[in-house]
Amino acid sequence: MTKERINVSRREFLVKSTALGTGFSLGLSLPLASSAALGADDGASASALSEPEVNAWVVVQQDDTVIIRIARSEMGQGTLTGLAQLVAEELECDWSKVTTEYPTPGQNLARDKVWRSFSTGGSQGIRGSHDYVRKGGAVARHMLIEAAAEQWDVDMGECTVADSIITHEPSGRTTSYGQVAALAAEMFPPEHAELKDPKDWKLIGQPVKRLDTDDKLNGKQVFGFDFTMPDMLNAAIKACPVFGGKLKSFDDRKVSKMPGVHKVVAVNDDAVAVVADTWWQANTALKALPITWDEGPNAKLSSAAIDEMLDEGLSSSDNVFVGNQNGDVDKALKTAANKVEATYRYPYQNHATMEPMNATARWTKDKCEVWCPTQNGEAALEAAAEAAGLPIEQCDVYKIHLGGGFGRRGAFHDYVKQAVAIAKQLPGTPVKLLWSREEDMAHGHYHPITKCKLTGALDDESNLTGLHVRISGQSILASVRPEWMASNGADPVTFQGFQADGDHAISYTVPNLLVDHAMRNPPVPPGFWRGVNINQNAIYIECFIDELAHAAGKDPLEFRRKLMADHPKSLAVLDAVAEKAGWGKPAAEGVHRGLAVVKTFASYVAACAEVSVNADGKLNIHRIVAATDPGYAVNPQQIEAQVEGSFVFGLSALLYGECTIEDGAVVESNFHDYPSMLIEEMPKVDVIVMPSGGFWGGIGEPTIAVAAPAVLNAVFAATGKRIRQFPLANIKLREA
Amino acid sequence: MIKLKINGKPVAIDVDGSTPLLWVLREQLGLTGTKYSCGIGLCGSCTVHIDGEAARSCMVPLSSLDASQEVTTIEGLSADNNHPLQQAWKQLDVPQCGYCQPGMIMSAAALLKDKPDPSDTDIDASVTNICRCGTFNRVRSGIHLAVQISKGAKDQNNGEDAS
Repeated sequence: MTKERINVSRREFLVKSTALGTGFSLGLSLPLASSAALGADDGASASALSEPEVNAWVVVQQDDTVIIRIARSEMGQGTLTGLAQLVAEELECDWSKVTTEYPTPGQNLARDKVWRSFSTGGSQGIRGSHDYVRKGGAVARHMLIEAAAEQWDVDMGECTVADSIITHEPSGRTTSYGQVAALAAEMFPPEHAELKDPKDWKLIGQPVKRLDTDDKLNGKQVFGFDFTMPDMLNAAIKACPVFGGKLKSFDDRKVSKMPGVHKVVAVNDDAVAVVADTWWQANTALKALPITWDEGPNAKLSSAAIDEMLDEGLSSSDNVFVGNQNGDVDKALKTAANKVEATYRYPYQNHATMEPMNATARWTKDKCEVWCPTQNGEAALEAAAEAAGLPIEQCDVYKIHLGGGFGRRGAFHDYVKQAVAIAKQLPGTPVKLLWSREEDMAHGHYHPITKCKLTGALDDESNLTGLHVRISGQSILASVRPEWMASNGADPVTFQGFQADGDHAISYTVPNLLVDHAMRNPPVPPGFWRGVNINQNAIYIECFIDELAHAAGKDPLEFRRKLMADHPKSLAVLDAVAEKAGWGKPAAEGVHRGLAVVKTFASYVAACAEVSVNADGKLNIHRIVAATDPGYAVNPQQIEAQVEGSFVFGLSALLYGECTIEDGAVVESNFHDYPSMLIEEMPKVDVIVMPSGGFWGGIGEPTIAVAAPAVLNAVFAATGKRIRQFPLANIKLREA
Repeated sequence: MIKLKINGKPVAIDVDGSTPLLWVLREQLGLTGTKYSCGIGLCGSCTVHIDGEAARSCMVPLSSLDASQEVTTIEGLSADNNHPLQQAWKQLDVPQCGYCQPGMIMSAAALLKDKPDPSDTDIDASVTNICRCGTFNRVRSGIHLAVQISKGAKDQNNGEDAS
């Protein structure tokens, strides 16, 4: 390499750096004091991305601190640590000196999307970026060694590296990454970077501790809702509670003299916000504000009307899409020795993140900045620019830690648009918008409602010869991402867990199979909700398979195994939980077991639940054995945490989760009528992490899907009662 | 002016007495470790200690407090993340998103004050905080580990005293 080439490279790098524009980089753990300090410089500072960067992913400082850039959002799922492990594995750096930072979506745009996707959903964090982040680490390692070799004037092939220390083997000389980082930053990246063979991994696969725990233990972690800056005002908002309704009028004279109130503003065409010194003052005034709504065409919408719509779809041929088909299911059903039929219903559910929606925005005619929790910084930036009425280059979004995401803060940035719309009416003044819990419950993007009629054909020997699965209900994509729909108008997400192949393939071989969807779209906004459609589809297929096994007089494990010869990885996780739980052996007195297995988000998961139901019908979930094969397990202890947490999310949904619709609005308003499970209800969870290698599967969502069906099948074993409507809180498990 | 004692320090605040303690901590005093989530005393995210007892600060109007009462928030639980619960939480990687964890830790800390070696049933009865990420099993293990850490520290102190 010639010096000239290095210089050219360096110039290009400098041009790129200055093109980053102005703004703040908030890092990942921002104490309150420094957030105020950042605000105090009035946004005029240069981007605070750390230097010197060896490449877009890796910064090494003189004291050997390694800063790994993370594009996806950390929201509890541990991706931040997992992604850092992937980079550090190839980088061969000292893990004890690794820290992380977020680039902003504006910086990503300015650098031709060098960090690729910021989207954090679909359990994609690791599996969607493992290759290019590892490559980022490998390239940086190459450049750092090359820099050392150049300094020593030796062949870089004679140099080795471990824990950030580079050694020239023949002479025994050593240096550290920190010593050569500045020079490495001027190197050309190599044309090719070889990734390690998985058998040589030292850090990937290790249960290392999370990088983001300390500040979560003492209140220092700044969540979006904790963010503050000088002269910031606070806003509380109310949108028309009826879906599709509009704001007609409000009378701000009633509240404008209340303590702290600055302004009452219309927000878009459907909401009104009070801006005050503090949020408590803003919300107090908002509650006293007389508001008139134009409730629009959905004013009489009810859950009963939606149910009728879905019932019609169960046997209709209108607007029906086929998701998976083989053989001749009609013929199989006609010639069946025994036909089994059941209809299930799965309700609307809210994400109910612990931290309600919020965003802080500052708008001037030249610039718009937003500080917010988001699962997708780029989508937040687009929303901000749209609401600001400014070119996207004049906007930026600074990601602040999320108090839960679960899909609510990925595809939807309604709260960002509102914050900008409010800030636009107070130019130059930063405004933090926070939704009340009640607003959060009223304006979710809900887990969609579906019903499902399943019809199975058993032959004389009780083999499953045919299965028709008719889903009737709401499509998420039709409402949220129409551009992702199939060319015939089908919504592939509806068929998660029923697909012929791919990330969400069915785990059974059925000789005659038809899975179809009567699309029925009520005017309630649907959304991606941690796990998405696999949550209800797993109940449908896994509970119905249990029903079929029962009708066939067969053991549910053996009945499943017979259909799984062509699905060895699904079978392996099922066998693992059966064995660990002691399936086939007697359980404790009064305790009964249930199974479930799915492939989803490219991972294979299974669960065996152990429950008892007492004479009063009280359910006690004692233990769940869960197995996961995600291909590669980057951090097994974080996978365990996700699996355990998935049972809380999945079982809360099963036990309590329903948003009912009356008069065009959601009835449930807070945790008193939309409960989430508590520690006293939490079963023991035995987690089996069994990575079989060769593929990359998701972690954050798959296990949620097996939580409900495993418990429901155990409830049947305990009571002889099939539950096909949810949540369980509405159902008597034993007749009085 | 309403006078209070927060984390051992006297403070005077000019605010409407009906304002809940939660919002005074957050918006007047900048102690944002105490979180809002439900505002109706159910979820426990806003748990603080008042005279050592766990209290849901969203339900405590400021006018109900006086300057003789000790209010402790997560920021005042320990000097350097060294409360046995914080040590245990760190050792077990308890938090996921972390939003509910200050309240969770404050609930657990009040329990340990009352019952230094709580049973699982004690934990069920006292730690009634909502966590949507689902950290419950590590929270439970964390409380039991904190008991061991406390006992270890105590044994060590006793040992030093004896020597």
